[in-house]
Amino acid sequence: MTPTMLVVSLSYLVAAVLFILCLRGLSSPEGARRGLFLGELGMLIAVIGTLLHKDIIRYDWIIAGVVVGSGIGVAISATIPMTKMPERIALSHSFGGLATALVGVAEYLRESDGLTYFQIAALGLETFLGFLTFTGSIMAFGKLQGFISGAPVTWKGQNFLNIGLFIAAVLGIGVLVYDRELHQVFFAIAGTGLALGVMAVLPIGGADMPVVISLLNSYAGLAACATGFALGSQILIISGALDGSSGLLLSLLMSKAMNRSFANILFGAFGTALAPGAASPQLGKGGRSYNEATVEDAGAVLKASQTVIFIPGYGMAVSQAQHAVRDLAASLERRGVEVKYAIHPVAGRMPGHMNVLLAEANVSYDKLFDLDDINDDFARTDAVIVVGANDVVNPAAKKDPSSPIYGMPVFNVEQSRSVIVLKRSMNPGFSGVENELFFQPNTMMVLGDAKKTLLAMISELKEGH
Amino acid sequence: MSSEWVFNLYVFVLATFVGYQVISRVPPLLHTPLMSGTNAISGISLVASLLAAGSHHFVSQILGFIAVSCATINVVGGFMITDRMLRMFKRKDPPPARAKLGEGKAS
Repeated sequence: MTPTMLVVSLSYLVAAVLFILCLRGLSSPEGARRGLFLGELGMLIAVIGTLLHKDIIRYDWIIAGVVVGSGIGVAISATIPMTKMPERIALSHSFGGLATALVGVAEYLRESDGLTYFQIAALGLETFLGFLTFTGSIMAFGKLQGFISGAPVTWKGQNFLNIGLFIAAVLGIGVLVYDRELHQVFFAIAGTGLALGVMAVLPIGGADMPVVISLLNSYAGLAACATGFALGSQILIISGALDGSSGLLLSLLMSKAMNRSFANILFGAFGTALAPGAASPQLGKGGRSYNEATVEDAGAVLKASQTVIFIPGYGMAVSQAQHAVRDLAASLERRGVEVKYAIHPVAGRMPGHMNVLLAEANVSYDKLFDLDDINDDFARTDAVIVVGANDVVNPAAKKDPSSPIYGMPVFNVEQSRSVIVLKRSMNPGFSGVENELFFQPNTMMVLGDAKKTLLAMISELKEGH
Repeated sequence: MSSEWVFNLYVFVLATFVGYQVISRVPPLLHTPLMSGTNAISGISLVASLLAAGSHHFVSQILGFIAVSCATINVVGGFMITDRMLRMFKRKDPPPARAKLGEGKAS
């Protein structure tokens, strides 16, 4: 090893340590920004180290790529609103997937002759996973953004087709190891990855997005790992493993929060999307009476309350109501009311979605509580305000074994004295599951745009003085 | 040569283990920044992209150029937006109920 290559290797070691410290920093909001700085430093060191690598003989394409990428990266990050975070994450997974896939193709074309059998296999896997992450994330982005229908697209034999594609890719990698000169096999593997990415996300509905995004995160990491094995680069293996385990852990948490088995999720949550769609609204839509309340009614309840818990859901993100929620909470607090926020792990379209939105609206993070931390408080709470959440407050998850969401841990909202639900309309919503909560005697339905309703409630509280 | 992949497998398994341990300490509060932060870190494929773009092989240079662009978007954009998010997480006027967020106090 030449002295220069030793420097390159050691720069990677330093970078790997800094990446781990970066993630460690994220264990508390106080240390997170300092940790992130260490991660940035690590990346800088790794890049500078790489530029010294003996195999790099020209810099024009590199400079061009860095300029283009930085321009786009800065433009996206500086302008994107926080409500669009799931879209941005999905998009960046697709960029990551494409980058690793193209690196795999380039490596194959460049020096497939000098590689070991193991490296060839890793190269095939890298290209397959990279392209799969690429199209899968584009699909997820499309579903979030709305240019692909958010509803699950399902047909008979779908699972078999997907599993077939997966097996075909594995067989293809086997053939490639046997004869690496078979270019058409290599590109067939790439094509299979592209196809499987589309097929795997197609049947998944919008409400399952937190799982899909976590899973794609994990795939992107595994693709980077495979690159590391193909190139014999430990920094890629370590970073990919960190990314992969993060995605895996989040997927596990999300699957637990939705009461889905992990095997179910691992295969792209195929069967699960069918369940809510196929379920008939067993409670019967027609003729059930509910208390439709006006803003004044809701205001009267709030004026008589000492403790209030907000439960935000995806509807809050859709109507961009986080600032209005914060303002209502502030005017309640001025009246001496104790306000808390209950955050379900799968509220929104990605892990932590609600936390980020409320943080953006300047809500102090010690008022945000997880499911387990707050669920005993509902019995002692005067009023709960549900802002665009549905499944996470559905008592059927606890009581009705025939419900598609039975077994999913939910908030004990029905135990509180009164419940105010802000909802666009009485439609059962995306999952098609009827929500018993809406028909309970102590529940008030305030229909309409959440943000407008919240603002009206604020002025209602002011008048009441 | 066959020992190299065994060595790399060691690195992979140990890194996964460390990653799992470190990441399981991240509170749900910070799961979105975690995801966008690990996304920036997985932009380390930039390193491999640089090797492809700076090589002698023409097609590899072109593919490498696209890969460098994509990976740079993730690195630059990922770190920037994660920082933008983390700046928003503030605690105001610590009230008594604060002890509930126990796991947020690990470092």
